[in-house]
Amino acid sequence: MPSTWYLVGVLAIVFSVTLALRAVPFAALRTLRNSTTVQQLSVTMPVGILVILAATALHGTISAEPRATLDALLAVGATVGIHLACGRRTILSVGIGTAVYVVLVNAF
Amino acid sequence: MARVLRKHGYVQRDTRHQVIAGIRDSFSAGLGIFPLGIALGLLVIQAGLPWWLAPALSLSAFAGSLELLLVGMIAAAVPLAAVALTTLVVNFRHVFYAFSFPLHLVRNRLAKAYAVYAMIDEAYAVSASLPAAQRSAPRLLAMQIASQTYWVGGGLVGVALGAALPAPVKGLEFALCALFTVLALDAFRSRREIPAVLLAVASVAVALVLSPKVALFTALVMFVGLLLAHQALAALRPVPETADA
Repeated sequence: MPSTWYLVGVLAIVFSVTLALRAVPFAALRTLRNSTTVQQLSVTMPVGILVILAATALHGTISAEPRATLDALLAVGATVGIHLACGRRTILSVGIGTAVYVVLVNAF
Repeated sequence: MARVLRKHGYVQRDTRHQVIAGIRDSFSAGLGIFPLGIALGLLVIQAGLPWWLAPALSLSAFAGSLELLLVGMIAAAVPLAAVALTTLVVNFRHVFYAFSFPLHLVRNRLAKAYAVYAMIDEAYAVSASLPAAQRSAPRLLAMQIASQTYWVGGGLVGVALGAALPAPVKGLEFALCALFTVLALDAFRSRREIPAVLLAVASVAVALVLSPKVALFTALVMFVGLLLAHQALAALRPVPETADA
């Protein structure tokens, strides 16, 4: 088992690097706040980033369990369908979508 | 219009309702975060590491995918430089969140520091899917604090289950995928940025083929590059009124 000092070192490093990655861009952007490019990016970026997060999360699920590719796609379909059909209640859509996946993966 | 204005005034006034709204926002993220936290706790115990590493990682890093990755690296006692490099690459995507994360809403300095520290994917995603008029500092912070509670709590539950449970329920991690899908749908409804969606789809498709292991990182870099190019091209198109600019 690794020594406690090694563990403390790991914790200190991940804390500093992660916080710096999250904080430095805000400081840098303060000087660019009036730039039209930055203002346009803040409008156009979120939708695209969410699409990328959704796609890579789906890819992560599929590569963790390649046999369940069809199950994952069906569950995404169920999530989208329920979200559009049942008044966009996030918890309901995520809950049912996840339940569909869990049942499909464990049943077949 | 009057309804929008009235709603906006109401939103500004009532902190308690905003905190409740923030906690409600966090529930859907929690469906993904809590099971992942359990997975982290189980992994820490299975790797033969001390139990306190699960909550300690969730407080020091607070970045789900990185923590799951780190457990294996720590168990193998990889050099600290490798830990630093992995953290840098895996978490680099957070650099792009600053462009649109509503940090300007938070006035208090301590609260601001916490909002930056706790800017996980889910917090970014939930706030990005809300229309601007419905965002507020209490709502944002309540959602972030609740999310961290699920994450740390899930880790502790996982640690406790570690010895007792032979195999956890398979497939719960799909909640994360479902959450991002739903939030993308909602964000698209409030802002129909079709070119941005097409560029994102192209970026992630190429990234998954070229670099499946760091697809998120590659896709974000490509997406931002393409978006900047698209904006530059749009600005080049002749517009008579701005000819003298």
